[in-house]
Amino acid sequence: MTATVAISLSVNGELVEASVLPRLNLADFLREHLKLTGTHLGCEHGVCGACTVRVNGDIVRSCLMLAVQTDNAKVETIEGLSDSGEIADLQSAFRERNALQCGFCTPGMLMAAQDLLQQSPTPDREQIREHLSGNYCRCTGYQAIVDAVETTARARTGRLP
Amino acid sequence: MKASAFDYARASSVANALELLTAHGERARVLAGGQSLLPAMNLRLVTPDLIVDIGGLDDLRGVAVNGDVLTIGALTRHTDLLKSPEIAAHAPLLRDAVARVAHPAIRNRGTIGGNLAQADPASELPACMLALGATIIARGPDGERRIAADEFFAGIYETALTPQELLVAVELPVQPTDSTHYFHEFARRHGDYAIVGLAAQALVRDGRFADLRLGFFAVGDRPLLAKSAGELIDVAVTPAVLSAVSSALDEELSPLGDQQATPAMRRHLAKVLLTRCVSSLLARTDLCAGVSA
Repeated sequence: MTATVAISLSVNGELVEASVLPRLNLADFLREHLKLTGTHLGCEHGVCGACTVRVNGDIVRSCLMLAVQTDNAKVETIEGLSDSGEIADLQSAFRERNALQCGFCTPGMLMAAQDLLQQSPTPDREQIREHLSGNYCRCTGYQAIVDAVETTARARTGRLP
Repeated sequence: MKASAFDYARASSVANALELLTAHGERARVLAGGQSLLPAMNLRLVTPDLIVDIGGLDDLRGVAVNGDVLTIGALTRHTDLLKSPEIAAHAPLLRDAVARVAHPAIRNRGTIGGNLAQADPASELPACMLALGATIIARGPDGERRIAADEFFAGIYETALTPQELLVAVELPVQPTDSTHYFHEFARRHGDYAIVGLAAQALVRDGRFADLRLGFFAVGDRPLLAKSAGELIDVAVTPAVLSAVSSALDEELSPLGDQQATPAMRRHLAKVLLTRCVSSLLARTDLCAGVSA
């Protein structure tokens, strides 16, 4: 029998205290305990990228992190980035460039795209593809997704689309 | 799938981690970045009774240069290796290789110690350790042990580490400023495990190799330091010489077949990489004529 572990962390700016089983991964903790269902679980072994969230400012696979590992950490999910308006322009570009398709991969794509734009404000299409290479789109909407990220990068740096 | 149930212990120090490993041995697994262990647990390939989480042991993290030795702490993340000026200056081969390890979200968590201890034969870093002549430093109940990289990797997911030992650091000789390197892998998708890859470190003087270390990966059950590279040292490399070395390399390989490639395809790709590597390091495009993947 395994024992629960007490954890205390910040999720989208709010303090969360919980008692969790060690086997509970961060994605399930966010989805089932906190009802933050924007974070999606696809493959559960780090291949698809649908569960991408930010932990202490860095994007990570939430299926490859245990909830117990986030004790004292700062976690940000798609709900946090969306509600704060941080990625409003990126979301809008996804809509306008038809990059949404079924939407299952979108939260992870937005997380990865925002991470790229924070590090490299003027990426070329090859850099965008490389940074998003860890995120699968089952509808194969990659062209439109790269378009949307490129459009956002140009708009943020004041360049013509 | 979800991991099966396990107990969890957060190690408070290296000594504490060693106590836990001594007490639980093979029933315990060390959790560093978790980017290899947690997928294996989610797939139920590994079902430990206890996870010893060493993620908080900050003294195992970081890159330092002392004289002609580069020391990398086991918990140094792939992203730290990519950004490290010390790695870029003294072991640029490793930097090139890390850029091909998985994806940004995985590189943010994965560690060099976890990667090496996992010993995946298709992984980039074990082959780099062979090419760079690394020493793996392990600590156990009887103290510290230094293991040469070419004695460390023992098979698929198998290393010279005992269940009571913790990989704490890696030491690399600082590469001479006039040394050169080559890294390339064939993969279905950028960041995927290699179908075949090559990490090479060399010294070229007057158009000849003064030293050449070829670390192949995904060509057998462990990374391979190709002995046949010796035939290229201190000789005038001609297409005939290269062809002979290519045949000798073929003898050394024992590639496995899987969904990505047959053993024959891996043999072919290894020889393509050898030719491209030699041609690139010697800046001799004539050696590469007619070779295609």
